[in-house]
Amino acid sequence: MAETTLTNTTGIGPRPDGWRGIASDWSSDQRAFKNVSWGKAMMWIFLLSDTFIFGCFLLAYMSARMSTVVPWPNPSEVFSLHIGDVSVPLLLIAIMTFVLISSSGTMAMAVMQGYRRNRKMSAILMLATAALGATFVGMQAFEWTKLISEGVRPWGNPWGAEQFGATFFMITGFHGTHVTIGVIFLLIVARKVWRGDYDVGERGFFTSRRGNYESVEIMGLYWHFVDLVWVFIFAFFYLW
Amino acid sequence: MAEATAHSSGHSHGAHAHGHDAAAATAHAEVHQEHPIRLYLIVWGWLFILSACSYLVDYVGFEGYLRWTLILIFMVLKAGLIVAVFMHMAFERPALSYAILLPPVAVLVFVALMVFEADYTALTRLNFFGTGG
Repeated sequence: MAETTLTNTTGIGPRPDGWRGIASDWSSDQRAFKNVSWGKAMMWIFLLSDTFIFGCFLLAYMSARMSTVVPWPNPSEVFSLHIGDVSVPLLLIAIMTFVLISSSGTMAMAVMQGYRRNRKMSAILMLATAALGATFVGMQAFEWTKLISEGVRPWGNPWGAEQFGATFFMITGFHGTHVTIGVIFLLIVARKVWRGDYDVGERGFFTSRRGNYESVEIMGLYWHFVDLVWVFIFAFFYLW
Repeated sequence: MAEATAHSSGHSHGAHAHGHDAAAATAHAEVHQEHPIRLYLIVWGWLFILSACSYLVDYVGFEGYLRWTLILIFMVLKAGLIVAVFMHMAFERPALSYAILLPPVAVLVFVALMVFEADYTALTRLNFFGTGG
């Protein structure tokens, strides 16, 4: 009890903001994140570590592309789709981007509805998010199939620098895995919200802890991060 | 009861001792991130606009520094909106946001290192292949 009393902001009185706030929060010989639960703080720290992983992937891609003396395949042409006789550049990638951004929007709404106790609405929005995520993965599978059938391999491709295939499969594959895991966890959290597990404090299957609606926000943090990573992949891999 | 409410608002998983009422009180404590739906819709709209803009950069076919600058601007704006509003970073205490947002700067240092390294590798390759091995 004594410990939890120290960790809530209402019990410790007003705290300074800005740089003074950082200094006082971190030097208080207590927990540094005054009004953030351990679950949320740990999700943020996990996302930070994931940032470094994706950062290193994109760095490896940058080094490969900058140092190769063979021309890099033009992504605008590689990822174009033919609609009738017209070749539209990056069409599928653009649709995937919009699908993922839409899913981020529905996720933000789901978090809000969860805190407002609109259980059904929150669960429906999370299911919509999961559906959009699954659509994204489906389109990625289509894209992989198309490229593989055209002869792209991790060790070579018909258009230029051999590193293209390796970086493409590595980066989009890792991102797609993140989306897939996110869809699975969305379904689990949506089911718990729908059943009202967070209202009655039902014990979870994974940690046996009693959850609350902050779990939806933490789920949202992960999902928005997946969208965030795609923003960087879209800019550096597909557009550059 | 007042103590119980304060307890569960500060510690999200503290609700177990208090059942339904305390759990309900948790949701309305200041700690949680509740913002008007309008804010999310506006950000959502901007993300669509910025994505369309970055796609247009490729569709129109800008080249060189103009292309790269535009790509980076739209990328940073989109990433900023997602982190600040959707992930609520703008509403957290600076102790958390600085702890999470400052470390990735190290990646930029890494980028700078690898730019020199990759340039050097490209140079040695050109020398090697240029002189026929």
